[in-house]
Amino acid sequence: MTTAVKAEKRQHLDIKKFLANNGALVGLLVLCLALFIATPDFLTAGNMLNIGIQASTIAVLAFGMTFVIVAAGIDLSVGSVAALSAMVSASMFTTAGLNGWVALLGGLLTGAACGAASGMATAYGRLPSFIATLAMLSVARGLTLVISDGRPVRTADQVSFLGSNIGPIPMPIVVLVVAGLVAAFLLNRTVIGRYMYAVGGNTEAARLSGIPVQKVLVIVFALSGLFAGLAGMLLSGRLDSAQPQAAVGYELDAIAAVVIGGASLAGGVGRISGTLVGALVLVVIRNGLNLLNVSSFWQQVVIGLVIALAVGIDVLRRKNTIH
Amino acid sequence: MNGQPILTLDKISKSFGPVQVIDEVTVSVHPGKVQVLLGENGAGKSTLIKMMAGVYQPDGGRILLDGEPVKFRDTNASEAAGIATIHQELNLVPTMSVAENIMMGRFLKRFGMVDRPALRKQARAALDLIGLDIDLDQPVGELGIARQQLVEIAKALSLDARMLILDEPTAALTRREIAALFSVVHDLRERGVGMVFISHHLDEIAEVGDSVSVLRDGKFVAEVPADTAEPELVRLMVGRDISQQFPRRREYTGPSEPLLHVEGLSIKGLVNNMSFTVHAGEVVGLAGLVGAGRTEVVRAVAGVDPYDSGSVIIRGRRIPRHNIGAGIKAGLGHVPEDRKVQGLVLDASVNENIGYATLASTAKGGLVDFKGQRDKAQDVAGKLRIRMSGLDQTVRSLSGGNQQKAVFGRWIAAGAKVLLLDEPTRGVDVGAKVEIYELINSVTAAGGAVLMVSSELPEVLGMSDRILVMSGGHLSGELAAEDATQDKVMTLAVRDVVRDLEDKS
Repeated sequence: MTTAVKAEKRQHLDIKKFLANNGALVGLLVLCLALFIATPDFLTAGNMLNIGIQASTIAVLAFGMTFVIVAAGIDLSVGSVAALSAMVSASMFTTAGLNGWVALLGGLLTGAACGAASGMATAYGRLPSFIATLAMLSVARGLTLVISDGRPVRTADQVSFLGSNIGPIPMPIVVLVVAGLVAAFLLNRTVIGRYMYAVGGNTEAARLSGIPVQKVLVIVFALSGLFAGLAGMLLSGRLDSAQPQAAVGYELDAIAAVVIGGASLAGGVGRISGTLVGALVLVVIRNGLNLLNVSSFWQQVVIGLVIALAVGIDVLRRKNTIH
Repeated sequence: MNGQPILTLDKISKSFGPVQVIDEVTVSVHPGKVQVLLGENGAGKSTLIKMMAGVYQPDGGRILLDGEPVKFRDTNASEAAGIATIHQELNLVPTMSVAENIMMGRFLKRFGMVDRPALRKQARAALDLIGLDIDLDQPVGELGIARQQLVEIAKALSLDARMLILDEPTAALTRREIAALFSVVHDLRERGVGMVFISHHLDEIAEVGDSVSVLRDGKFVAEVPADTAEPELVRLMVGRDISQQFPRRREYTGPSEPLLHVEGLSIKGLVNNMSFTVHAGEVVGLAGLVGAGRTEVVRAVAGVDPYDSGSVIIRGRRIPRHNIGAGIKAGLGHVPEDRKVQGLVLDASVNENIGYATLASTAKGGLVDFKGQRDKAQDVAGKLRIRMSGLDQTVRSLSGGNQQKAVFGRWIAAGAKVLLLDEPTRGVDVGAKVEIYELINSVTAAGGAVLMVSSELPEVLGMSDRILVMSGGHLSGELAAEDATQDKVMTLAVRDVVRDLEDKS
């Protein structure tokens, strides 16, 4: 075999491997191509920015969720925590009259604190994360209603800025990109990130290797809470007000995005880039079905089937690579 | 042997890809006889019994059932022929009752509902077959391993099994439980049930077996009577003398400092006032029966589990209780009992698995030193001769021996001076075993100290410089390597068991 043929063959293999490892990305591209053909409204600058804005909240929640799922946990509370963070921030500004920056920081810290509480219940209280965060889902939503008395509250200007545009560029997209880079950096480059993979892959082996498993879990959930807080800022910033019923059910979108992105609920596997693609798949499907005038009732059916399909393909692929 | 065998594997062969695992092996199982399969790990025993059970189909040779050639397409076919396997991992549902487990899959129904009285009656009849008197309604998970095993045997017999395959049934049992199991085996022999018995404990063979088929590297070596002397069995099994099998060398010439000192270690109900010291350049074997408290001592010293009183001093530094990180910092490395469950992240790479203990200590500002970690892992993997396609290969796809070397590698990379080894060669093939022994030699030659728990007495005798024997949770004696024998170790190991059990009750 000549070297040229060999090289070609290797390239061929690499492409195959790339496609196999990035099934969600391929799916996203196919989806975009189909929508491009189906409707002239899809590939317009306005619609693209629209998709970016819509993806920002889900993606930021899902980035935080990626930490948790990599560490073999689940966080059901992110939607409620986003709403609570937004409400605490807005109340600090409007009701307590605090500085807008303080209100922004207060919102983010609220999220991190909620996450840390779930993390401690999981790590030290030995509750399954499903239960700990299910409790937090209820507590955070309840507190949101208590604080707001069920009414919307105006956000600080600094928070509203996150929902506005700088020139033609919407801030939520900037936040999405920055949050994604930070999350990827944490997961791939830092010791704590690598510890998450070890803890998720085999908790006992990680512990016996001297990895402080309990601390790692608290940090993981605190990060998930922090990202939920940021998502809450984005949501409320766009509306200039924190809504008590904001982000209901968003945790399921976040989990779906992470799983479509190739993470395993068994832990130890997952990438931020995959999660971003997963979030975009969800948003593009919704956007496309809207453009095609499909009813929102049917949209839910389609989304459900896509989740099952994406994970089903992934399971088959994994089976083939192992055996 | 007289009479028609129940089952004969006739010149049977099996390969997986290019690897010939079984090469023209012939084994027969006769009614009322116990056929022992003997061989090192990797000799092909498991593959052989899986072909008897229909899990694998042979590539060559014939399977004869009552003299007639048969093919077992799957495990159902083998079961229908009356062949049952009692695996090490039992096939019971822990939360369901004894009766339900025995009758699993054939619940009797009346008006569409489970007929409980009939179910209980049949389950009781099955237990009576082996004279086991236990509560039918107790969840199986509440029984000890030994009784669960007996429940599984009862279940097999109630399915009209006439041939039982017992795959290392004694591995997790205490001496007394083993005696109970053997009396059941004797009863079954009287009833004409044929049995295949696998065990790594040579002393059990004469007690329970009739005939021994010895395998080595997938080939049939010999068939000998079960009362053959142990050294002869070892010679047949290993194919060389035992002195070569355990290449202990003492090359350390430095000062004999105490590196690990344990004083008065006690864990309520498990370990009682253990004190000992391991010096630089020394391998200390920790022997005893399963349940004597050896693993508990190792785990407490490593900081994995808390202890109630006592102290652990590593290289002069007192290590806080239940603190794994502090021990590692002081130079401790722990190779745990079960590498797959406790030692490795199976789906992570060799590189990552070797690096876990040093990720934080080599990091700068919380960032991983990827290049340094990788260079170190490459170096260690090379030294340990881990056979892999590359550092990025997942550990799951390595052989048992190479997986174990990866766990060792983590501590070599961390520069551990005191190694706690819990069953370091369990499930490792002969070649890799010797490599692990050589690794132990190189650790002690460099002035390290090793504490080794092993249930394989020849290994303890062959590799240790001193042997501590535990019995019933405390140190029952210490032997120097040169005057230790299997008999002396066993005498110490069983000395206090009876007395301690009486004290507790």
